[in-house]
Amino acid sequence: MQEHANEPGRTSKMLTDVMEIGSRVQPFSRESRDKAARIRDARVVHSVCPYCAVGCSLNVYVKNGQVIDIEGNPDSFINHGTLCPKGSATFQYTINSSRLTKVLYRAPYSDHWETKTLDWAMGQIAQRVKKSRDETFVERLEDGREVNHTLGIASLGGATLDVEENYVIKKLFNAGLGIVSIENQARI
Amino acid sequence: MPGLGTTVGRGGATTSPQDLVNSDCILIMGSNMAEAHPVGFANVVKAKERGAKVIHVDPHFSRTSALANLYVPTRAGSDIVFLGAIIRYLLENNAYFHEYVANYTNAPMLIREDFQDTEDLDGLFSGYDQESKTYTDHSSWDYQRDENDNPLTDPTMQNPRCVLQIMRRHFARYTPEMVEAECGVPQESWLQVVQTLVENSGRERTGALCYAVGWTQQSKGVQIIRAGAIIQLLLGNIGRPGGGILALRGHASIQGSTDVPTLYDLLAGYMPQPAEMLDAKPEAQHSPTATTWGERKDQHVHKRTQQTLQEYIDVAGMKLGWWSNVPSYIVSLLKAWYGDAATAENDWGYHWLPKIIGDHSHINTSYDMLDGKVKGYFLLGQNPAAGSTNARMQRKALAQLDWMVVRDLYEVESATFWYKGPEEVDPRQIKTEVFLLPAAASTEKEGSFTNTQRLIQWRDKAVDPPGDARSDLWFIYDLGKRLKALYADSTEPKDQALRALTWDYDRAEPEPGSRLLDEPDAELVLKELNGFYVRKQDEEGNTNTYGFREAPHVPAFTALKNDGSTACGSWIYSGVYPEPGKNRAASRHSDGGTNLDWGFAWPANRRILYNRASADPEGKPWSERKKYIWWDEEQKKWTGKDIPDFPVDKAPDYRPDPKATGMDGISGTNPFIMKPDGRGWLYAPVGLKDGPLPTHYEAAESPVHNALYKQQSNPAAKFHKNRKDNRLASIGDPDYPVVITTYRLTEHHVSGPMTRWMPWLNALQPSLFAEISPELAAERQIVHGSWMVLKTPRGEIEARAMVTRRLQPLRIRGRVVHQIGLPFHWGFQGKSTGSIANDLTHSVLEPNVSIEEAKAFTCNVRPGRLS
Ligand code: SF4
Repeated sequence: MQEHANEPGRTSKMLTDVMEIGSRVQPFSRESRDKAARIRDARVVHSVCPYCAVGCSLNVYVKNGQVIDIEGNPDSFINHGTLCPKGSATFQYTINSSRLTKVLYRAPYSDHWETKTLDWAMGQIAQRVKKSRDETFVERLEDGREVNHTLGIASLGGATLDVEENYVIKKLFNAGLGIVSIENQARI
Repeated sequence: MPGLGTTVGRGGATTSPQDLVNSDCILIMGSNMAEAHPVGFANVVKAKERGAKVIHVDPHFSRTSALANLYVPTRAGSDIVFLGAIIRYLLENNAYFHEYVANYTNAPMLIREDFQDTEDLDGLFSGYDQESKTYTDHSSWDYQRDENDNPLTDPTMQNPRCVLQIMRRHFARYTPEMVEAECGVPQESWLQVVQTLVENSGRERTGALCYAVGWTQQSKGVQIIRAGAIIQLLLGNIGRPGGGILALRGHASIQGSTDVPTLYDLLAGYMPQPAEMLDAKPEAQHSPTATTWGERKDQHVHKRTQQTLQEYIDVAGMKLGWWSNVPSYIVSLLKAWYGDAATAENDWGYHWLPKIIGDHSHINTSYDMLDGKVKGYFLLGQNPAAGSTNARMQRKALAQLDWMVVRDLYEVESATFWYKGPEEVDPRQIKTEVFLLPAAASTEKEGSFTNTQRLIQWRDKAVDPPGDARSDLWFIYDLGKRLKALYADSTEPKDQALRALTWDYDRAEPEPGSRLLDEPDAELVLKELNGFYVRKQDEEGNTNTYGFREAPHVPAFTALKNDGSTACGSWIYSGVYPEPGKNRAASRHSDGGTNLDWGFAWPANRRILYNRASADPEGKPWSERKKYIWWDEEQKKWTGKDIPDFPVDKAPDYRPDPKATGMDGISGTNPFIMKPDGRGWLYAPVGLKDGPLPTHYEAAESPVHNALYKQQSNPAAKFHKNRKDNRLASIGDPDYPVVITTYRLTEHHVSGPMTRWMPWLNALQPSLFAEISPELAAERQIVHGSWMVLKTPRGEIEARAMVTRRLQPLRIRGRVVHQIGLPFHWGFQGKSTGSIANDLTHSVLEPNVSIEEAKAFTCNVRPGRLS
């Protein structure tokens, strides 16, 4: 379902909601009501703030294949279009010149990064996993109890990832490979 | 969250931030909600404007305090004294909600004669083993039981062995005087809090409780949450609009990652990971209780192995209540994971599941790493080199690995520990091979987050990630495919689990507008989480067998079976995707009411949990004002504003047969259906590693001796005493006299990997500072705005001094105790850098959930910088 920004009527409702602090609606001028935003005609993609667990709804505005702005979704009962400073800055989290876009590799005892292809890295990682797993896999304890696990590989992270991602992490690592130390920020 | 799980049944908030507008009173403790969950806090402000009383109890004055009707400064780590005194007040003044307590909680249950309380053993409960420093025998904590294993009760709640009377004795020493002496809170302020709570409870009024990591990150965190939940049960606030307990969670999907979960000790939907514990003296918590599924035998858990599925079910399931469905949930999970390879003959592949043998939690694993026992490590959007307690130890541990994969958007501290850090590092001495893979941002992939109120919300994808950045879903899926290929020809038994693993999430068609051709289909994963029919009878009575892709979705977890005919990745998520084309996580309709069509809240889209308790035992609303779910006598069903969290046609006057099992054993008046007795547990007869009742212990590091008992700190906490990098200050240590607590600022997120790369946020919150009172500043000659050094036995850091009245010296037993507040968002990477607060923290762990104690420890301060 595609939705486009700044249909008439929507803007006005949006402003009303955005100007709500507590339950009091703040006044705003005709001028601000009539102004057209640069997000006009952008495609609206529905998203959720990646920071805290309040789960504020985001509208991601896309024009010419680029994200041009990210704002709170005025229709959401959670945030009514508002966002805190972090949520409001989501744009800069995603569009940022410091972002990594290539695989970096550091060889043992090396003092620098090397740029590598994704395919190479994935192949290497799979081999490392197999090697460490094969070296450390325990089928039975000394007393004969079956445990089918490896303590030689561990994983940390998940609270900032999607539910679906968490699910496949646990499925592959635990049910497939026998890794038991699968952990995330929930303890921290 | 076993604090909530053991008390009311499920490890999730019972309510939502939006329902706070219906509250008459909101107690915020262990949370700076205005700054850490700002948009959620708008609901508190709305409630206040409507006349609700807002109370904030916290060591640190914040914007939450500024907007509260009542702010009470308190000593970090003294929460249970404060809350215990409230419990005592309610019991001694008959100020609890009598009808609710008598019918909906376990107050009338009788506890075994051999149970000994902390009153009898000076701070310990019966069953403690001095040698292993754990409670090895929990059997005495259990109920007294009749020949059918049903608990004995005293409805008058006068029997000295009943829970209510045991609580009266247990909390007798939690007096207002004790609050004044230990928390530094004047009795009058404390009394004002209690009176406000009491005035806003009962049939006509409700109050809510909000907490966050200020409670959980303590060595007794679970018991603090229990104390809060007990108060809410005594006041009759759970399951009712404007009531409940709101656990304010800190990450977009932290709830999701415990539901699904990426935790070592859980399988999906809060079933335990199978275990074969190594300990010489393992816990016997399940031993003679009849709350377990299996036959009643006085045996220790280490003798009860979990080698077969039946043995696992005996430990994980319950004879009574909702958990009696464990066989259906675990078999469906195994079917989801192992597909056709899971058969009745091979126990549905149960033996392939890895068994845990001890505590494999994050910090313990870090110590294993330090000892060279861990070879490979995946860091998936987490940053232990700055974000985990005792961060210096963490960085050392990373250097012992053979290889490490870091996936992030930025070059975070944990990826760079080998060439950078607060300490000298020489790359030529560090063997760890590092693969740093760029990850996709949340706007560059589709998928769902589960927020603080258990609400699953889908995100659509806006654009492709840049360059070689990929979603973590892609990473895991691709890695799985490669590993399956590597092991494809293996005949070794240990590799058969991986070979059997179902792994088919390819898109049916390429994603429109995307240049990525191999990005998996997140909705297919959601379908597996929701569950589907492997076999199903059609209308003509023919049984059809289905592959994953064409299989019909299950409509709800009630459809799940233990005969292999259904598969489900997480039973509590069933219903989120009940049929093709109907992803309820992606539905977005606000209706100004309960908003049942905005997202999907597990379980079964219920928004307020245990909402049967919003009606009286006869099924009538407690009051018109607080009407929510009630029994419709004509239609013979529960109805109201939400999805009933109760069997919809179970009449209030239903009484179980004494021999009934499963949900049939739950009476029509028992709202807490996840508990085997259907009641909220004021007293936890089973399920916790540090006792059935909350008890005040000092933090692992404290300026004072425990005034309540000889036992100083949580006797079951994991201290890591033998670790030289985890030295603790002694009690009242003159070298470390200042109490310190850590917290978040609005503008940054945890250790900063998602915020300190962003000029907008750095402009708002440019550098690390420590908040310190004018009194302490004067004493130590620290000047506002200048540098100061903070020191603990683990390390030293520097920060700008923020001299402020927001922290007040407290009088504890006549002595002045200073407290310091420290945000923990900085590190050495990013556009704004600063010392790592976690270089100060220690690795003492809470016994039930192995959470670190970052909210109360001790330090010392001096002016100047690190040399
Ligand atoms: S906008 Fe702020 S309050 Fe809302 S989810 Fe994001 S971080 Fe939380």
